[in-house]
Amino acid sequence: MREIHVNEITKAVAELCIKACTIVAPDIRAYMEKAIGVEMGVAKQVLDDMIKNQDISIERKMPICQDTGMVVAFLEIGQDVHITGGNVADAVQEGVRRGYEEGYLRKSVVADPIDRVNTKDNTPAVIYYDLVPGDKLKITVAPKGFGSENMSRLQMFVPANGLEAVENFVLETVTKADANPCPPIIVGVGVGGTFDYAANMAKRALLRKIGSRHENDFWADVEARLLEKINATGIGPAGFGGFTTCMAVHINTYATHIAGLPVAVNIGCHVNRHEEVIL
Amino acid sequence: MIMGKAIEINTPLSKDVIKTLKCGDMVYITGAIYTARDAAHKRMAEMLDAGEQPPFDYEGNIVFYAGPAPTKPGDAIGSIGPTTAGRMDLYAPKLIEAGLAAMIGKGNRANAVKQGIIAHGGIYFAGVGGIAAFMSQCVKKVDIVAFDELGTEAIRRLEVERLPVVVAIDSEGNDIYDRCNNN
Repeated sequence: MREIHVNEITKAVAELCIKACTIVAPDIRAYMEKAIGVEMGVAKQVLDDMIKNQDISIERKMPICQDTGMVVAFLEIGQDVHITGGNVADAVQEGVRRGYEEGYLRKSVVADPIDRVNTKDNTPAVIYYDLVPGDKLKITVAPKGFGSENMSRLQMFVPANGLEAVENFVLETVTKADANPCPPIIVGVGVGGTFDYAANMAKRALLRKIGSRHENDFWADVEARLLEKINATGIGPAGFGGFTTCMAVHINTYATHIAGLPVAVNIGCHVNRHEEVIL
Repeated sequence: MIMGKAIEINTPLSKDVIKTLKCGDMVYITGAIYTARDAAHKRMAEMLDAGEQPPFDYEGNIVFYAGPAPTKPGDAIGSIGPTTAGRMDLYAPKLIEAGLAAMIGKGNRANAVKQGIIAHGGIYFAGVGGIAAFMSQCVKKVDIVAFDELGTEAIRRLEVERLPVVVAIDSEGNDIYDRCNNN
């Protein structure tokens, strides 16, 4: 049994929060550098400004976007790991608290959805735990801005609706969202499972690398087709028109009930922050 | 494909200057602008309803829908950029009627806002969401004007230099986001 002290978890989460909010991922950077070549006019200027912004945020160690999000943390805990020194959830929340303070990140969390008093330290984070084989602990931190989160949707279709309904729902969600989620976007889709699990899969789909494909050819084709259709909408960078609306469509699928076809769409903005570490 | 002109403007804005700006133009703003988002708008609308003195003079001025990240020592401001404008749609027509010349946000607006813009010769600029480190470099000076207790949502007077925005709805109601309705 390998031991991991909660202090290590706190330290890792704090560092991941700061890194995710200040350094744009290499796959996004590479995508934009390529996309700028196909755009003209305002669209080209927007992509150019996005790339400049990525440079400034790294150079000045400041957040890429002022909305540094609500933290979603995924913990994959090896079965042979024993966490010592305290409560794992407390350790994660303390990491968020420290990261947001030390990184000059915006505190955007309110304690109650109606009363709306800011907690002033960006806690609590939403935490998911998975128990996996091995003696490692993988922590992924995904601070989620709400410009894109607010544009996400879930629908419980019936089996007779089939693939057409799934594709139309994704397209409709993106079209309705228009400029609001800060395109070029990443679209995470969860198909199957239950009401809650579809949403969970859609969220996790945002963590995949741009250019990765669903392991099943049928679904990989759906991903490619949807990507093409979304980019044909003409929404463009920042919604000012253009070819570059969506960087990737990632679909996660799971078994579902004989009566159901749940579909969830979670939209990630053009910075789509996530960072991970293995302890 | 929008190939807008690049235009420099200074605040406050006159109706004549606003009239020259057309949908899709790339505009660089220099001068004072005021931040206000959800919570500040709720209060500004309540103050107008109660006939109270506004937190700043709306006439000819620009509201920036933005809540900055905390300021690092030595900097003028933390990362700052436009938030979704649609959430302010309920309040915007009232403020335009009270003299507000322009808004900076991101995303499309309700028809009531567009009608207010046309009726009063206003304008809606869209900034690029998520380029907040870049935009922070355009801010030279910051003063809290009202509602300090709202933290990031307080009303701040920003002195900006060449803040990049795009004309999203011009004074005639031409709307950059209509290209989606055409598809």
